[in-house]
Amino acid sequence: MLTAPVVLIASFAYLGLLFAIAYYGDKRADAGRSIIANPYIFALSLAVYCTTWTFYGSVGRAATSGIGFLPIYLGPTLMAALWWYVMLKIIRISKQNRITSIADFIASRYGKSQMLGGLVTIIAVVGIIPYIALQLKAIANTFSIILHVPETTALDKQSAPLFLGDNTFYIAMLLAAFTILFGTRHLDATERHEGLVAAIAFESLVKLVAFIAVGIFVTFWLYDGFGDIFSRAAQVPELGALLTLGGAAGNYTTWASLTFLSMAAIMFLPRQWQVTVVENVDERHLTKAIWLFPLYLLAINIFVLPIALGGLMHFPSGTVDADTFVLTLPIAENAPGLALFAFIGGLSAATGMVIVETIALSTMVCNDLVMPVLLRMKGLRLTARRDLSGLLLGIRRGAIVLILVLGYLYFYLAGEAYALVSIGLISFSAVAQFAPAIIGGIFWKGGTRAGAVCGLGAGFLVWLYTLLLPSFAKSGWLPISFLSEGMFGIDLLKPQQLFGLSGLDDIAHCLFWSMLANIGCYGAVSLVKAPSAAEHGQATVFVDALRLSGATAGQRLWRGSASVNELLALLGRFLGPERAREAFESYARVRGARSIELLAADASLVHHAESLLAGAIGSASARVMVASVVAEEPLGLDEVMNIIDEASQVLAYSRQLEQKSRELEAATEELRGANQQLKELDRLKDDFISTVTHELRTPLTSIRAFSEILKDNPRLDEDQRGKFLGIVIKESERLTRLINQVLDLSKIESGNAEWHSSEIDMREVVDDAAAAVSQMFKENGVELEIDVPRELPTIVADRDRLMQVMLNLLSNAAKFCKRPGGRVSVALARQDGFLRVDVTDNGIGISESDKEVIFEKFRQVGDALTDRPQGTGLGLPICRQIINHFGGRLWVQSQRGAGATFSFTLPFDRARPQARAAA
Amino acid sequence: MKKRVLIAEDEPNIVASLEFLMNETGYEFRTAVNGEEALRAASEFRPDLLLLDVMLPLKSGFEVCQRVRGDETLGKVKIIMLTAKGRETEVAKGLALGADAYITKPFATRELLDTVKRLLGE
Repeated sequence: MLTAPVVLIASFAYLGLLFAIAYYGDKRADAGRSIIANPYIFALSLAVYCTTWTFYGSVGRAATSGIGFLPIYLGPTLMAALWWYVMLKIIRISKQNRITSIADFIASRYGKSQMLGGLVTIIAVVGIIPYIALQLKAIANTFSIILHVPETTALDKQSAPLFLGDNTFYIAMLLAAFTILFGTRHLDATERHEGLVAAIAFESLVKLVAFIAVGIFVTFWLYDGFGDIFSRAAQVPELGALLTLGGAAGNYTTWASLTFLSMAAIMFLPRQWQVTVVENVDERHLTKAIWLFPLYLLAINIFVLPIALGGLMHFPSGTVDADTFVLTLPIAENAPGLALFAFIGGLSAATGMVIVETIALSTMVCNDLVMPVLLRMKGLRLTARRDLSGLLLGIRRGAIVLILVLGYLYFYLAGEAYALVSIGLISFSAVAQFAPAIIGGIFWKGGTRAGAVCGLGAGFLVWLYTLLLPSFAKSGWLPISFLSEGMFGIDLLKPQQLFGLSGLDDIAHCLFWSMLANIGCYGAVSLVKAPSAAEHGQATVFVDALRLSGATAGQRLWRGSASVNELLALLGRFLGPERAREAFESYARVRGARSIELLAADASLVHHAESLLAGAIGSASARVMVASVVAEEPLGLDEVMNIIDEASQVLAYSRQLEQKSRELEAATEELRGANQQLKELDRLKDDFISTVTHELRTPLTSIRAFSEILKDNPRLDEDQRGKFLGIVIKESERLTRLINQVLDLSKIESGNAEWHSSEIDMREVVDDAAAAVSQMFKENGVELEIDVPRELPTIVADRDRLMQVMLNLLSNAAKFCKRPGGRVSVALARQDGFLRVDVTDNGIGISESDKEVIFEKFRQVGDALTDRPQGTGLGLPICRQIINHFGGRLWVQSQRGAGATFSFTLPFDRARPQARAAA
Repeated sequence: MKKRVLIAEDEPNIVASLEFLMNETGYEFRTAVNGEEALRAASEFRPDLLLLDVMLPLKSGFEVCQRVRGDETLGKVKIIMLTAKGRETEVAKGLALGADAYITKPFATRELLDTVKRLLGE
């Protein structure tokens, strides 16, 4: 009944169904009504963890190690318990930073390092190839078996021809075609494939149901339930051992290492990362998945032991490969329908794994391996090309084909030597190398790029040496002496007993050394040198992801200039113009801008563009592309410090400047004032000199004129001659007087005058002055009255000067008093500590405005029209200077028409008036 | 016809010397001792020449000069400014205001008479 066509049709029909589900899922996603936004779908998609290894291999393992097949499922169960923190953080970080693969995550964490991304990709690809080979082997085997129904004998292990003659090759190519159809129809910025997730969830259900169906068949049909199987098995001694923990089940190290490996696997297998992190729609789905997934694992493992025991008891030992019991038991028991269902289940498990794993790997190869290299090759001028989405898809498709070819090659070269589970464990050990870098990365800010590179590199090399190469040796492609004697014959370098460590099984041995090298190098190298600014920034973003709000996380200090159109064009090249435009438009809506053109080309837009781009080409490449468009200046930590330093220096300096400018202003004000004063003084000086010259020249004019007249006119009559000579003489006198007074005043004012002070009785001075002017008074008909006190203390002063003052005042009084009937009175008195002298006349008086004018140099007042005063105008100024010099005051009291009184005071005690003047 | 000279000077002795000189030369002369008087005399006496002191009470010699020049009825009376201030600015000012000559005191009688004669066209 089960002929090749039937099987083939059934297989294609099933695959077609999967594809239809995927297509429907994508359609609904595009319409915005996702069918996978559901925690149950999410949990089911996680079950892609269960491949043919679970479907067939577990039974095979159980047949040799009893419950030793369990640790592979214990690990994920334990890990799920930690998901609420660890996985949440990873998902949060990945969403915030638009991380689209495991390589992207590691690269991004360690300063967006393209090199690290490439390394991770290589490790992932090399590590997973055995796993893919395992699926191919399972499909090939089971396909053969089901075609040879009812023969259930072990396969003829004849070597199939390589490639074209080999069924497995066609299977591989078929899978490649399906993978391309499922995953590379278009580029998505978030690398999500909703249709694929729907198909995987369906596929998980199918394999679960198929397995349980076989399980039920074996347990309840072939036997009478669990109890029956176990009791019967216990009776067979070899089988009884399988039911116990010790012995064949493996010792504690084996369990521990397997548990650890599977804990790492559930997190870091590329397909697991893809469905858990990348495809995750809502991080809240995680809470349901934490118990739903272990529940699934439990369900699919319930019947493993029964089937294994059943198979062992049913088939004579060694005749049928235990890995195939799930298929061969129904066949042997004439249940072809069930067998077909089982085959489909197995096929489902294999295709699910291959598709998801290969898509994840091809994304990494494209974004983190090929694109960075291509972008660096300036010759290709990729940056100038307008639409690169075609190129990206092409690279991915090529990668898918290549990975499957490599998987096929590994299967061909090394697949026969191992049981399925063992092959799988080789891959587990490879992806476990990601653990230190990732776990360290999200919890330890000190992890550096150099550390991650060294750790990953060392771990990978150890894995290569202790697991991968031995697998080739065991298949005969490398000399067996490599295993038994070590490289170059050095005993200590025996790949599976490195440095003499024996007693561990291959896996535990590899795990020990690789983790030692990995963690050791990661930690040591990270500690040697501090993280760079970029690394530190990213470290903060990652380690503090759960603390940081979504808006600020991922945005580092940024400095640059960009244009919206350039960013749009850049994005369009990788995502396609429409998708790019859509993305910008929705961003603009969020930002409240009415159109893309109105968007501000600021740091947050650039960051958003970078995130979108990271979805298509990986964050490291996105960084490079955006940087090429945006004229950015990357800021280093020390640059930041410098900027801050500079800023504070500038602040301090500007404060200094402010201070200085204030001081400068004040100084300028002072200078201005001083300048004004100087100008004023200069003007005064000019005026003074000008006036003095004028005053001097006036008498000189008369002197000269008349001298010349007298000379030129010898025949002048006596009268005229006498008159003229008289003028000459008078003017000469005037001139002399003037010169003397000018000199006098100058000397007094400049402080160069000589003062000869002695004790003086003022009454004497007054008397002498009166005597001196008496003649002049009489000639002018002016009366003089003197009033002196009986007692008067002496005063210390310059007698001649005081005399000068008295004479001046008296002659002024006489000049200005009434004509005729002029009266001048002099009064001498004592007033407090002062000596007071008043000289009063009964002349026309002095107006209020003139009271101070008369004390000005060269100023004379009087009736200008009638009487030009004959004075020099310097008399009173000199008197004032003299009186001031002795600490006194000289002033005038007068009313126009009522005479004038000139008064001066002189202190008896010279010291006091200074104090009084100050007060 | 005798030329008429107006002397505007406030120093009596200088006035005396100027009067003598004018008289000796044979001009008819009048004297004003302040600016306002000078202006009045100028329009009344209608001199051919004005001997104008700068430092005059009431109205300065500059002002008188300006007024005289501004008065068309006074015609082209010649003006000689006299001053004890010999600064260049004063000279320039005077000439700018329309004086025909500027003589600083103390003057040489010869120079004064020569200038007067020249300006009166003799």
